[in-house]
Amino acid sequence: MPLKSRFCTAVVMSLVAGAQPASAFMAYVSNEKDNTVSVVDTASGTVVKTLPVGQRPRGITISHDGKFIYLCASDDDTIEVIDTQTHEIVGQLPSGPDPELFVLSPDGKTLYVANEDDNLVTVIDIESRDVLAEIPVGVEPEGMGISPDGKTMVNTSETTNMAHFIDTDSHEITHNVLVDSRPRFAEFKPDGSEVWVSAEIGGTVSVIDNASRAVKHKITFEIAGLRSEAIQPVGVRITADGKKAYVALGPANRVAVVDTTTYKVEKYVLVGQRVWQLAFTPDQKTIISTNGVSNDITFIDVATDEPVQSITVGAMPWGVVVSPQ
Amino acid sequence: MSLHTQTTSLHPHPPRGFTPRQYLACLSGIMIREGLRFLNQRERFVSSLVRPLLWLFVFAAGFRQVLGVSIIPPYRTYVLYEVYITPGLAGMILLFSGMQSSLSMVYDREMGNMRTLLVSPFPRWFLLVSKLFAGVAVSVVQVYAFFAIAWFWNVRPPPVGYLLVLPALFLGGMMLCSLGMFLSSMIRQLENFAGIMNFVIFPMYFASSALYPLWRIQESSPLLFRICQGNPFTYAVELIRFALYGRIEWMSLGIVFGFTVLFLGGAIFAYDPAHGLLGRKRDTGGNG
Repeated sequence: MPLKSRFCTAVVMSLVAGAQPASAFMAYVSNEKDNTVSVVDTASGTVVKTLPVGQRPRGITISHDGKFIYLCASDDDTIEVIDTQTHEIVGQLPSGPDPELFVLSPDGKTLYVANEDDNLVTVIDIESRDVLAEIPVGVEPEGMGISPDGKTMVNTSETTNMAHFIDTDSHEITHNVLVDSRPRFAEFKPDGSEVWVSAEIGGTVSVIDNASRAVKHKITFEIAGLRSEAIQPVGVRITADGKKAYVALGPANRVAVVDTTTYKVEKYVLVGQRVWQLAFTPDQKTIISTNGVSNDITFIDVATDEPVQSITVGAMPWGVVVSPQ
Repeated sequence: MSLHTQTTSLHPHPPRGFTPRQYLACLSGIMIREGLRFLNQRERFVSSLVRPLLWLFVFAAGFRQVLGVSIIPPYRTYVLYEVYITPGLAGMILLFSGMQSSLSMVYDREMGNMRTLLVSPFPRWFLLVSKLFAGVAVSVVQVYAFFAIAWFWNVRPPPVGYLLVLPALFLGGMMLCSLGMFLSSMIRQLENFAGIMNFVIFPMYFASSALYPLWRIQESSPLLFRICQGNPFTYAVELIRFALYGRIEWMSLGIVFGFTVLFLGGAIFAYDPAHGLLGRKRDTGGNG
């Protein structure tokens, strides 16, 4: 019967399409509450090691060669350097008080740190471990983004509700852009044309044009059955091809998938409770979310935008980074 | 049934053995009849789909946020309520359709069609199993139609699950259909079917893991939890749920298989003229 054979072909085709190649990377998750970093094998989806670290670990990133993890130990007022081979803390960087989030320059040499309590952005030279500059910004600085050419750095201040554009040569603020209430995160588009700034209380993501330094679009979110206060955008990541953006929506327990050309939300992906930060695997096949309240992380397949698996990590996972190898 | 008359006329005194080909002819005859009956009753197809779809679209909509606190196998991440109840609704289709085919047997008996079937020279057990098989095949088609609609409602199990769930649906369907057949041997009249509805279908459906995970039932009532654990329908649903996500739940498989054998044995026994659960009720059967 032709219908039958067509059905069989369809089944086989969908089976082939559904097969996912396993990718082996190490993901590092900072657990804010129990002062640990969980090392997760992304291929097997298991926690392979839990590292004790400084107090209240939050922002986490990795050197471009994948050899060192940089971790904000907020309550210890320091940035810890962890060797990814030995999993030992091999050094510290002078961060200034209460470091929360930071961004690594594209050349991998400079770290820009938001000091939440001191209303400063500290610029650190990684090799010499020297503080190059301290830039006064708005109240409660948090979100940190850097342009792909490394020339512009954006910091958001939670209480001033602004995105501060900082020239990385002069270490001066060149522009202040007012965004919605409690901006948490700043992410540049890979072509450097736009900066996406999430506003936790405002419930929006402001798209700022990098040329004019003006808000060109505001993305809002709506989830049927959820009150709008539950929708609190935090972490933002944009795919390397610049086509899709993922926005973590906090207590909405969802990650929004946004088309970067139309700014339309294409999908809401169900993850764990209070989703906070996001990180892509280097092959861009998976994006990982940290879910603070349910103490787990969720793997989302980037091709289908389907949640694949959730894994329990430490207490209150905050940040996540994936090694390039 | 020309097929049977032909066989009977060729062998006025049925021989002891039949060739597999003849068995197959008998099976396909029964299946074609069941298929034709199904095709001729489009309303039945639509109504069999409307029931689970109402549950999916209306009931599940109000409970969207109910789950998502704990991840239970076979799910590897958080799921919405509609995703959770889909295997239960597949089980519901099998349950209702199994009972419906038992209803049709009561009807057949009242109308005398049953006699045409049972006078066939094939062994009684084979006729009954064929009839069951035909009934299950029809309900499995309904389940797949339901899955197809659920797919558009964003209930999307992995593609391989659609293939693996087929044997699970068949086995679960066989269990429920043979239970229906066994019960049908005890129903005297069509009107009594409402009793089956209230005393078998609803309790089986509600006291199972179809609507809520067992851990949640255990939280509210340990007694209800134990009742659900003793309900074979729970295992049919879990077998379907795991298969739909590409996994085999061995305990459910064993229990469903065991109950299938038990119910089927009971049905064959009940319909065996020598033992005569049916024979004793002959006064209400036949053409009048």
